[in-house]
Amino acid sequence: MSYQNKRFVERDRNWHPPGYAPGYKTSIARSPQQALMSMQKPTVSELSGPDFRKLRMGPHDNDLLLNFRQDQSPGLPVGERIVMFGRVVDQFGKPVPHTLVEMWQANAGGRYRHKNDNYLAPLDPNFGGVGRCLTDEHGWYRFRTIKPGPYPWPNDPNSWRPSHIHVSVMGPSISTRLITQMYFEGDPLIPLCPIVNTLKDAEAVETMIGRLDMAHSKPMDCLAYRFDLVVRGELQTYFENQ
Amino acid sequence: MQQPNSQPTSALMLRETASQTAGPYVHIGLALAAAGNPTRDEEIWNELAKPDADGEQIEVVGTVIDGNGDLIRDAFIEAWQADANGEYQPEFDLEKPFNSFGRTATTFDHGSEWSLKTIKPGSVAHPSGTPQAPHINLSIFARGINIQLQTRLYFDDETEANGKCPVLNRIESPTRRQTLIAKREEADGKVRYRFDIRVQGEGETVFFDF
Ligand SMILES: [Fe+3]
Repeated sequence: MSYQNKRFVERDRNWHPPGYAPGYKTSIARSPQQALMSMQKPTVSELSGPDFRKLRMGPHDNDLLLNFRQDQSPGLPVGERIVMFGRVVDQFGKPVPHTLVEMWQANAGGRYRHKNDNYLAPLDPNFGGVGRCLTDEHGWYRFRTIKPGPYPWPNDPNSWRPSHIHVSVMGPSISTRLITQMYFEGDPLIPLCPIVNTLKDAEAVETMIGRLDMAHSKPMDCLAYRFDLVVRGELQTYFENQ
Repeated sequence: MQQPNSQPTSALMLRETASQTAGPYVHIGLALAAAGNPTRDEEIWNELAKPDADGEQIEVVGTVIDGNGDLIRDAFIEAWQADANGEYQPEFDLEKPFNSFGRTATTFDHGSEWSLKTIKPGSVAHPSGTPQAPHINLSIFARGINIQLQTRLYFDDETEANGKCPVLNRIESPTRRQTLIAKREEADGKVRYRFDIRVQGEGETVFFDF
């Protein structure tokens, strides 16, 4: 495959959070001081990326209500049942099919199944908090889960994370690789969060809000939140004499 | 000649979804083994090459260090590299002896090292005609890192290829160029390269924008 004419829309580094965002204290010692070195003309190394269609998924990899179910005393996780779904598109609105979407989250009490999380809230024996799937041929993905709880963290004396789901998407190239977080529409903790506030642009924050979608909720079962992901657009370049 | 493309202008383009830190618990989502959580049948992890892969078997190890000189123990790293012939293998398939993509993480153990089991990549084509020296593309994610840091690992025993590499030579400062060179060491009869990543301050690794 030739990558000579391939190009992605430049990543707007003022739209994304800067490395150094002192309101988020951990970023102070973890952000480079030197300017990033612009590649100018990316090569095949940057323009190519992995294709995960052959990665074998388990039957419940995108169903967090079932994927940590215990054989002994099977039960369902505690919490508000939700469907989180959306479409992965590029900046030109073109769907990104068959791309890997991964997510992880706290349980309904705001506790992660991670050895370093020792928040007061209990672990849920029926909840692991991790999911993955490939988008379909039209770029759609879908997870079934519970709404995670907010949790406190040491930044300011009383910092709380809004309810959020961590989301990872590959896209067609390592140039489109993106990790973000989905927040829930209307959550009063969003504007108070030092991590949300690493973003300078209120419109950029809007790209991380999952919207309540009653049309896709299931009566007597679960609510639905829609979260579309936009990855960098691939520019098509044309040549006169092909 | 190149024509202006017929796609929407930037005013009509969608904005990219904004990045957020992967946070302190990234392992439960993307590195289940490192979290000590049950793994699924197939996981994307740090063995890019099996013993029967073509090429020289190597191990790559390193630490990630912050601006205070302290170890970053919760870093998550993704690797993307060419095969021994300098070709990327996009199709990820755990049945194959070699995959171009892998993941690793630093740990809460004593040395807090990440590691990759792989093969040494070949030289990679470059539009200028002068090949790029063998390298591994690395992306670093962690708590406190708001958008991934992208770097390249080169090999110290590829002096000639490194000297000509069109990308490495874009870095004006020879001192900074050195931050991208992994050091070969032999351990237990195995070839190992060490690559410590300094995200800030003295000896700060060169990070790329592309
Ligand atoms: Fe979190």
